[in-house]
Amino acid sequence: MANVTIRDLNKNYDNGFHAVKDVNLEIRDKEFVVLVGPSGCGKTTTLRMVAGLEEITSGQILIGENVVNDLPPMDRNIAMVFQNYALYPHKSVYQNMAFGLQMRKYPQQEIEKRVREAADILGIGPLLDRKPRQLSGGQRQRVAVGRAIVRHPEVFLFDEPLSNLDAQLRVQMRVELKRLHERLETTAIYVTHDQVEAMTLGDRVVVMKDGWVQQVGEPLELYGKPANRFVAGFIGSPSMNFVDVIINELGGALYAEAQMLRLSVPPQHQDRVRAHLGGRLTLGVRPEALRLASGADPAGYCFDTAVDVVEPLGNEILLNFRAGGAPMVARVDPAVRVRAHENIRLAVDPARVHFFDEKSAAAI
Amino acid sequence: MVIERKWKKWLMFYIPMAVFIVFTLFPFYWMAVTAMRPDGELYRTFRQANATPFWTLEPTLEHFKGLLQTTAFPQWLWNTMLIAVVSTIISLICGMFAGYALARLKFRGSEFLGTIIFITYLVPQTLLFIPLADIIRNMQLGNTPWALMLTYPTFLIPFCTWLLMGYFKTIPRELEECARIDGATRFGAMIRIIFPVAIPGILSAGIFAFTLSWNEFIYALIFMSSAELKTVPVGVVSELIRGDIFFWGQLMAGALLGSIPVALVYSFFVEYYVTGLTGSVKG
Repeated sequence: MANVTIRDLNKNYDNGFHAVKDVNLEIRDKEFVVLVGPSGCGKTTTLRMVAGLEEITSGQILIGENVVNDLPPMDRNIAMVFQNYALYPHKSVYQNMAFGLQMRKYPQQEIEKRVREAADILGIGPLLDRKPRQLSGGQRQRVAVGRAIVRHPEVFLFDEPLSNLDAQLRVQMRVELKRLHERLETTAIYVTHDQVEAMTLGDRVVVMKDGWVQQVGEPLELYGKPANRFVAGFIGSPSMNFVDVIINELGGALYAEAQMLRLSVPPQHQDRVRAHLGGRLTLGVRPEALRLASGADPAGYCFDTAVDVVEPLGNEILLNFRAGGAPMVARVDPAVRVRAHENIRLAVDPARVHFFDEKSAAAI
Repeated sequence: MVIERKWKKWLMFYIPMAVFIVFTLFPFYWMAVTAMRPDGELYRTFRQANATPFWTLEPTLEHFKGLLQTTAFPQWLWNTMLIAVVSTIISLICGMFAGYALARLKFRGSEFLGTIIFITYLVPQTLLFIPLADIIRNMQLGNTPWALMLTYPTFLIPFCTWLLMGYFKTIPRELEECARIDGATRFGAMIRIIFPVAIPGILSAGIFAFTLSWNEFIYALIFMSSAELKTVPVGVVSELIRGDIFFWGQLMAGALLGSIPVALVYSFFVEYYVTGLTGSVKG
């Protein structure tokens, strides 16, 4: 039962590295918030400052109503799951899960009850007497989660908990974590570099880069309305196609032009793009917003190109080609039959075209 | 093809291995044979008929009997054991805390301190005994077991600190971070999590420290003068070589008996140490 408030948080390391820059976040009670970004973006440092494992250079962290800046980790009523699980190798699974409760002087029966309960939820009941080294990766992961949930903490912190698992298990554990969160209804902060994990798990996702928060929003909001070019490129796979264009006017209509490419500026962007008339912008379009043109598509949103590489994935086909001097990918229906080096005509969905400022990279 | 491979294995593995084993074990064999050789055979020259330099025709235990009855050997054995155990315990405790601090705590000059500690280990004992002798005399500890129990840690603590620092550094930081989130203080996490996990490292540091103090010679020679207070290495050498007379049989019997405890400690704990490394020590 706690919300977490982060105010103007900064972290400077002794070697001068400024890892976290003016981070502000309001995490609501019971919310699952995911911090995502490339390595070195400050997401783990932020999490560790919430945990109390890293000193705060400036700013404030509140858990519930209390400023916890100077509280040791043990007094923050949080639980953390680490990337390498950090199970105590000399203790059995039961002892691993009971340790936090023993340190807090819970009565033996209560400890036993809570450990059994958590073990049942996670399906690790038969493993309680084993040592961590006798467990598989997935089982260790469950024990690490179990050790966190027996404590009934106010906030769960997850530091890339799934990145040591193989791909299949990761997908499975991802679903389990989501189910677990719905059941436990505890505030959770989750760090990952995997945008798919972020999108599937997070009630809200915080995208970070170079210590700055780039955008905070619900997964579909980040996908549909990226605040800047970095978020647009980071969220979604394959990532968004970008082309540098020049805005021109022809007979009262606005066009975005690049080498061998001319696209009409969709009506919803007209006003804002007009301010950049004659200037440069970056046009962004997701692979799934491209399709093979049919006769019904307005000519202003179509262009011709030659397919470079075809990637038939089964449920979809990825077409790699070049347009406007940039490499691009289109994600098309698997029923489409296209061969490499074939000339094709593609249509852009005008509702899903993005423009970004060339210098600031912010969405326009 | 197969024959050639066999031949290669002999050349590359068995023969060098055999040479190595003979080379390392021969002194021990020589020691054992000499200890059991009767005096008459000991002082017979090689050229004489019936000379058996590499084995003995009449094994005898008289040197062992003489050693145990006419010298203070049992007392030396006890002294050595007591001094080695106490100084090992002192050094391990200090080394564990110091090693942990150097491996984990960030404080001003921690790296410099680590280097200084290492350098003190490099100062040869043959130089260090002079100032130490002065200190021992001023503290009036000369000719008491404390003289050795307190001076052995001067080289054992740096040794244990460095060995354990290296071991602590291999333990993932997350373990104690997790313990601290689970409700342990930094000190509690060290005692409850890091030390138990480091048992293999602590055991090996203990074994080495025990062996070093068991075999130590110079300090024991200088700080202890009464015959009944000596340690085995010093006692055997100083009491069984009188002038230019070497009591070879008793000398070798003493050396043999003196090396048994160390061998026992190794064979017992090394197994512990290996299982500890593979992680089957029951916590």
